[in-house]
Amino acid sequence: MHRLRSIKERSARWFMRIIAYCSILFLIIIGIALFVKAFPAIKNNGLWELLTSARWRPSGGKFGFLPFIISTLYVSAIAIAIALPLSLLTAIYLNSYASKGIRRFFAPVIDLLSGIPPVIYGVWGTITIVPFIANYIAPHFSGQSSGYSVMAGGIVLAVMIIPLLVGLLVEIFNSIPKEMTDASFSLGATKLQTVKRVILRRSLPGIVAVTVLSVSRAFGETMAVLMVCGNSTLMPHSLLDACYPIPALIANNYGEMLSIPGYESALMLAAFLLFVIVFLFNGISRLTLNHLEKRFHF
Amino acid sequence: MKKAEENIFKVFMIIAALIIIGLLLFILGTIILKGVPALSWNMITKLPGGGFYLGREGGVLNAIVGSLYVIAGAVAISIVISLPLVMYINFYLPHKSPLAGIVRFSFDILLGVPSIVYGAFGFALMIFLGMRASLAGGIITVAMLITPIMMRSFDEATKLMPRDLPDSLLSLGSTKYEMIKVIMRQLMPGFVTAALLATGRGIGDAATVLFTAGYTDNLPGSLSQPAATLPLSIFFQLGSPVAEVQNRAYASALILTFLILILSFAARYFSSKFSRNRL
Repeated sequence: MHRLRSIKERSARWFMRIIAYCSILFLIIIGIALFVKAFPAIKNNGLWELLTSARWRPSGGKFGFLPFIISTLYVSAIAIAIALPLSLLTAIYLNSYASKGIRRFFAPVIDLLSGIPPVIYGVWGTITIVPFIANYIAPHFSGQSSGYSVMAGGIVLAVMIIPLLVGLLVEIFNSIPKEMTDASFSLGATKLQTVKRVILRRSLPGIVAVTVLSVSRAFGETMAVLMVCGNSTLMPHSLLDACYPIPALIANNYGEMLSIPGYESALMLAAFLLFVIVFLFNGISRLTLNHLEKRFHF
Repeated sequence: MKKAEENIFKVFMIIAALIIIGLLLFILGTIILKGVPALSWNMITKLPGGGFYLGREGGVLNAIVGSLYVIAGAVAISIVISLPLVMYINFYLPHKSPLAGIVRFSFDILLGVPSIVYGAFGFALMIFLGMRASLAGGIITVAMLITPIMMRSFDEATKLMPRDLPDSLLSLGSTKYEMIKVIMRQLMPGFVTAALLATGRGIGDAATVLFTAGYTDNLPGSLSQPAATLPLSIFFQLGSPVAEVQNRAYASALILTFLILILSFAARYFSSKFSRNRL
């Protein structure tokens, strides 16, 4: 009886330990597998050439990623520029101004926004944002635009990262000890002064970390962006031009990539680049956030 | 002067908060307004008929069932991995163990890996194993996507649990394995919430199944056959030039949104039973 218990206990422990080590290895395996797949493209074209050339002709063996990299940066920059101010204001409001009832009302709003699948955001974008840009915004500027554009991608992406930003920002603001804000109030500071001088200043590293985290989310978002960006392999020159971010490129070409030599490897390189960037961005911001958490909870 | 500044700031904040609520209503409203007129009983109960993609009759039952198969398999795999893992780092490893920190950190990074990267990796893995686009491929790839979500969410819930019960069980002479069987009862709401969150994310994701699960107008009969999924069915139908088919995309989008809403409310119900409000 006693032996059976001990055997059960020990085998459970071993099983769990194996899973724990495997799960750490998994991250490394993804990186290595993508790199191995991407290596032929790097060997044939040279990494520098791949990253800085704007010529994209898969059938001619030319894989210049520059238009896609630029598109990714444009779309993500617009998304952050829209989402960050909105999220910051809302998070401050929820943390220091809103009543308990409003806070409770807001929690499911954020939950639902973050739960809506990318493809639904894409449908929404094509129904509303794309025609709006084509009919109302484009005519004021260059004139012709189908609406499938950098701007449409940026707006849809902004809405998608808002729940992530607000959720994390509220968590950071809430982790500031109440004694600190109370001390500020007792010195006669107004609420706004306390927000500016105590809350925002104390949580600046956290705000930066959360922003980096949401930038990396924006870099990797695929389906919604694919549906509203227009997917042109030419370099985008204005906000109203069609563009082609890296994830959309991978998703859109999976059908053809096996029939053209070198194509699959080039797309795997794109996936590898995404992986590396997300790994670095996430790693840095998570370390910062963990550090902050430790500092406040002792 | 100070008072005015304070008031202006407050107005801005309230406007920002209203915009965010407005966006949610705008998105849900658009999907419902466009989807309801196109929704019919046939959409949910019929497979695509001949000429479905030209606007003739049929429904998206293939995609609904395919999505349910994929997510059921993926959640099962994900539970087998994350449940023992969370128990191990919380109850077997000593408090503040570096290994637990490394596991949590690597799952935090996995949590941020875009679904298209999992899709590409899953595709490479399947070529390596000699598999074709199939239900099994979809299940494995979606499991990669949702395991970090499930693991981190369940881990957060487990961390909050008071240590009195585990400690008293151990002091009564139970082994850790026996202790876990008892405290699982207490951890159940957190576990269900994590599983529902992961289900919602997995069922709505298109980029992972695009390469790996394939697409078919039939129901998948075995693990090695391709399976249609709801997000992909929306994507393909929306790309059609035929207005009828586009309308069906809106109806399919409504079905998916409805599923997500149910999952989201269920998760909220379980987590509110369990812990303090998260926001």
